[in-house]
Amino acid sequence: MDKLLHIQNGERVNRSALPHLSLNEFRKELLDFTEAGGQVVQFFAYQESKDSDSLKLLAVLRNDNLYVTGCDAPDSFDSLTAVTEKFHMFEREIGEQYGIKAKGHPWWKMVRYHQNCTGKADAFGNNYREDIPGNYPYFTVEGKGVHEVAVGPVHAGIIEPGHFRFQCFGERVFHLEIQLGYQHRGVEHLLQTVPMKRLPILGETIAGDTSIGHGLCMAQGIEALADLEVDEGSKIVRTIALELERVANHIGDLGALSLDVAFGPPAAYFGRIRGEYLNLSQILGGNRFGRGLVRPGGVTKIMGEEQRKLIQEKMDELTPEVEHVNDLIFSTPSVRTRFDHTGTVSQENAEQLGMVGYAGRACGLPYDARVSFPTECYADLPANTNNKTQGDVGSRAAVRREEIMHSFDLIHTLLARSTEANKYTPQDIQLAPDSFVVTVNEAWRGEASHCILTDEQGDILRYKVKDPSFHNWTGLALALRDQGISDFPLCNKSFNLSYCGFDL
Amino acid sequence: MLKIIKNRFEQGHRTTKYPEEPINLYKRFRGRPMIDMNCDVDVVRQCAEACPQEAIDEATCQIDLGKCVFCGLCETVSEGKFAKFTPSFEMGTAARNELLTHGSLPALAQHSKQHFKKLFGRSLQLRQISAGGCNACEADTNVLNTPFFDLSRFGIQFVASPRHADGIHVTGPVSKNMRQAVLTTWEAVPEPKVVIASGACAISGGPFYGSKDIIGDLNSLLPVDLYIPGCPPHPLTTLHALLQFFK
Repeated sequence: MDKLLHIQNGERVNRSALPHLSLNEFRKELLDFTEAGGQVVQFFAYQESKDSDSLKLLAVLRNDNLYVTGCDAPDSFDSLTAVTEKFHMFEREIGEQYGIKAKGHPWWKMVRYHQNCTGKADAFGNNYREDIPGNYPYFTVEGKGVHEVAVGPVHAGIIEPGHFRFQCFGERVFHLEIQLGYQHRGVEHLLQTVPMKRLPILGETIAGDTSIGHGLCMAQGIEALADLEVDEGSKIVRTIALELERVANHIGDLGALSLDVAFGPPAAYFGRIRGEYLNLSQILGGNRFGRGLVRPGGVTKIMGEEQRKLIQEKMDELTPEVEHVNDLIFSTPSVRTRFDHTGTVSQENAEQLGMVGYAGRACGLPYDARVSFPTECYADLPANTNNKTQGDVGSRAAVRREEIMHSFDLIHTLLARSTEANKYTPQDIQLAPDSFVVTVNEAWRGEASHCILTDEQGDILRYKVKDPSFHNWTGLALALRDQGISDFPLCNKSFNLSYCGFDL
Repeated sequence: MLKIIKNRFEQGHRTTKYPEEPINLYKRFRGRPMIDMNCDVDVVRQCAEACPQEAIDEATCQIDLGKCVFCGLCETVSEGKFAKFTPSFEMGTAARNELLTHGSLPALAQHSKQHFKKLFGRSLQLRQISAGGCNACEADTNVLNTPFFDLSRFGIQFVASPRHADGIHVTGPVSKNMRQAVLTTWEAVPEPKVVIASGACAISGGPFYGSKDIIGDLNSLLPVDLYIPGCPPHPLTTLHALLQFFK
């Protein structure tokens, strides 16, 4: 048997076909693969069956292809992060969820602050009688003139909770430590234990602004395991919905970026225009975030001539407005001076962190799951390319501007396809037993991925979710190094990462 | 400079005349559901069993809008015979039990506490707390500050400091990791103060009900004055509730 099994995105695999290596072989395969430029899509632990204590490790890797491999999980193992940063968050997560220690991990720290599910001793020595962060002493920099700024979890705006610690010398940031976990609501545990009827609702609320992105990952996973075919018309609606989600978020963020450098007009214009795209999602599926639209087997709403026309007309009206406001932002010197050379992440660091999505592409990592592992209609749609990839705020903004225009083209192409979706009828879903599937989609922030493992009854044994933010938060921390502390809001917005998608 | 002026002309005036003039949302929008009380009991049972949120009470034929995520499945399952989601977005209530409904809701303006209207009717400052949800509620609260809604024209503002606030607006099912931060923020708001539970999560735990990692019901932690249902509430649902309750 191959040590790495080549798999397809959204393909059901018998669990018996999953490679089962020795710990040493597993370690060597993972290190060789990442050394050669490969990246980690998923790396997690799971219980072999619901009534068994024996644990396994499983890794999904990518280069131009997707691979899976696994081994028995030991109580502890030599940290792979000690060799390459690509495993950093994954090993900490495994420690927190299953009590398995990665020995020699350079920054052994809890991720979301919750008890593990195995009853083993807590990997970080926490007893959870104290509030987050438990017994963890934050990283500190010492020396004359060094001071610390602590912000959050409740912030000065309508945003999600997180705690930020800046180690500063004057205005200059030496180090930013980001502590998340405040949004942890037990999503994975729920997905593994609740009745099937609740899954689509949970999938859409992993990250509200990525309702379609995560909703698709879930639907495709269930479709693979339940052997459901999706018709062409439904695929068109799903692809349009994902692109509308991307457009709305990028437009909102570009407006907010403009506001963060004190150039108000585009913020007002894009603030409203973002809403127009959310309203198009509402025309499509009855909800501004696309909720209730994507379901295993298809879509709940047909895109008829009426909806197609409404969307087309609104797109035609808005496209020149978007172009003009973008031109206003990107041609204003006071914006350019603040965007360019601020919050830079090098391509080398981005590669080591496995950064994904526009944040990765802005650093010169072209990976786009729509191109590499296409789902829905993407296989026959044109790819996008980016011109400005210097890793700074300006590049992240420019990449998003380019992606908006690319998405407009995709939506126009898809609106011209007149195949209507099949009528949706809710059905009882039975998953194939002893199976595994991984799904990957390019959500608006980047690569979102779900893994589902079933037991011998076809019940969900393990449901693993990865939001693109899981890779990119460390990128934001690096972007702040040696920056003015007042540049934090700008850098933060240029990434606009998900707290809830990370915290699960 | 020329570009700023050109864009300004192109954008024009975009603020809605709501509430002076009504807004009709597109017919597909799933707002307040209407229930047919004469619906066949087997169909009601089918809907109750299918409901992912367990929001339908088979015996009384009521939907609990505090649990409902407006996914529309009961309408699909019953082919509209049990429930039909209307495009009406006006759904805020002053009491939890009023969210259990056959479709009609009491007029919020008459049920709000009169001293709140007197105290906060001309100026209301709210501290928003995001406590363990999916960020959709926050996103659709934030848009109230965009030019279309322009919340501040009503004298209502979201402020940075709880010391400057007249109350808190809470979203999310209150994760255990946010419990203390919610309480601390609430304590920092000077009396008399208002508590608003916004979205299915803050009202009932929403999609995450039953999780051991959440409190799941803001009212069990703090006395809630105003409930705004939805998953997330439409910005107009929030705007309507704030105007009716405080103006």
